[in-house]
Amino acid sequence: MKVYADNAATTKLSEKALAAMMPYLTETFGNASSLYDIGQQAHHGVQFARQTVAEVIGADTNEVYFTSGGSEADNWAIKGVAEVMAKKGKKHLITSAFEHHAVLHTMQKLEKDGFEVTYLPVYENGIVKVEDVKNAIREDTALVTIMYANNEIGTIQPIAEIGKVCHEKGVIFHTDAVQAVGHLPINVKEQNIDMLSMSGHKFHGPKGIGALYMRKGIRIPNLIEGGAQEAGKRAGTEAVYAMVGMATALKDANDNLESNMKKMSALRDRLIDGLLKIDSSRLNGDRNCRLPGNVNISFEGVEGESLLLYLDLQGVSASSGSACTSGSLDPSHVLLAIGLPHEVAHGSLRLSLCEANTEEEIDYIIECVPPIIERLRSMSPLWERIQKERGNA
Amino acid sequence: MEYSEKVMEHFARPHNVGKIEDADGVGEVGNAKCGDIMKMYIKVDDGIITDVKFNTYGCASAIATSSMATDMIKGKPVSEALKLTNKAVVEALDGLPAVKIHCSVLAEEAIKAAVKDYYDKNGIEYDKELFKEDSCHYEHHHDA
Repeated sequence: MKVYADNAATTKLSEKALAAMMPYLTETFGNASSLYDIGQQAHHGVQFARQTVAEVIGADTNEVYFTSGGSEADNWAIKGVAEVMAKKGKKHLITSAFEHHAVLHTMQKLEKDGFEVTYLPVYENGIVKVEDVKNAIREDTALVTIMYANNEIGTIQPIAEIGKVCHEKGVIFHTDAVQAVGHLPINVKEQNIDMLSMSGHKFHGPKGIGALYMRKGIRIPNLIEGGAQEAGKRAGTEAVYAMVGMATALKDANDNLESNMKKMSALRDRLIDGLLKIDSSRLNGDRNCRLPGNVNISFEGVEGESLLLYLDLQGVSASSGSACTSGSLDPSHVLLAIGLPHEVAHGSLRLSLCEANTEEEIDYIIECVPPIIERLRSMSPLWERIQKERGNA
Repeated sequence: MEYSEKVMEHFARPHNVGKIEDADGVGEVGNAKCGDIMKMYIKVDDGIITDVKFNTYGCASAIATSSMATDMIKGKPVSEALKLTNKAVVEALDGLPAVKIHCSVLAEEAIKAAVKDYYDKNGIEYDKELFKEDSCHYEHHHDA
């Protein structure tokens, strides 16, 4: 059996999205800036895409700017606000310790440029405290950026409350919602969000396309000069097929949001319950306040890359937060941020589901994992040591 | 990052997994914090490594290098096992991704540690230069 359970990494392009994209890759190839018919048809595609994305997140059409993806949207929003606010003497930024690297590395770059960054703790449950945000805001705070839902452990942050605190203090609030858009109900106005990043391929749209929502009135420097596209802020001939594909996938996800959430949560809970039966395992991140498709479990005495490659040999695609999978010295910064010791973080397994997964697939994963854990533990000097310490050997 | 077929073969079905209860030498290197520990057991008869087993906690390349390295020293004189380099293990595996080279260093060090233990236990004189203090595991990561 083949089971794709890495939907937080990327998703399969939906058939509806592909069908909507095809005309723009074939006969409707015109440049959306051209005045003749085939150009105007392309222009309509762009309009449809922008309007659809705006509607789904509760924004106005002219508040949505297309980008190449989530990382670009994050970079643009954060660096843009930082640059503008620095001129007003505001050089303090607030974020959390477990953001995606598109945010964290941008913060590190800004620190080198003379900004001061506060990294809020996320505690054992993987959730930022609104009170912490409130206390961290200063006179010179330029921006607060907190992710909507974490990409590794799936925990959902109190976005509306954080936004409220920011607005009370007159600080711009950005959220990296790459994992949340298309999977959770979002309304930027009701949730006090000033800026929001999203990525098309996380909800069955194509890769290479994303968007930044920016509330009317916020002005940041243009990202790319050279044309009138994206209100002159990000020049370059539009990839109409990608915009239309993303919008179509997002509309579909939004139309089925409730039933998808219900189905995925049930699969997720079945998978969590099944895997937690394994000795010395733990669920990472809050059990209830998490994305409908996210499962992240650590197995003591086991290294994550080996685990995921043995799973791959059985047809299951998953991911891990071990150092060996990150190609660096340390295991996932997310798992360290929720207080896991290095050796427990190395043994983590992330399974991220989508609405196309089935109960049979979940049961297959639950069947595959225990023998692999047993095999890895039987050859693990670390497990031997853990057993000795517990007096089991 | 991609593993060679050889690496995947040795990872999927590693050779010489296990322990030797009455081993003549045991060596353990690496640490849990870094995510890999290798433990090697050798049985020595008349200066020849007659049996070798390993237990490894680590990634696919750690398991594959343990498997290959133990294959390479089995049946060989102890003096020859000491000459096994991580480079030779990597070559035998048709290469490792750059970030995984430290795993092969670990295999070389594990064998040396097992031999040193055998020498120490049996009061065999040896050139201390051969067993200089382990170069820091962290450095291998950075080198890789």
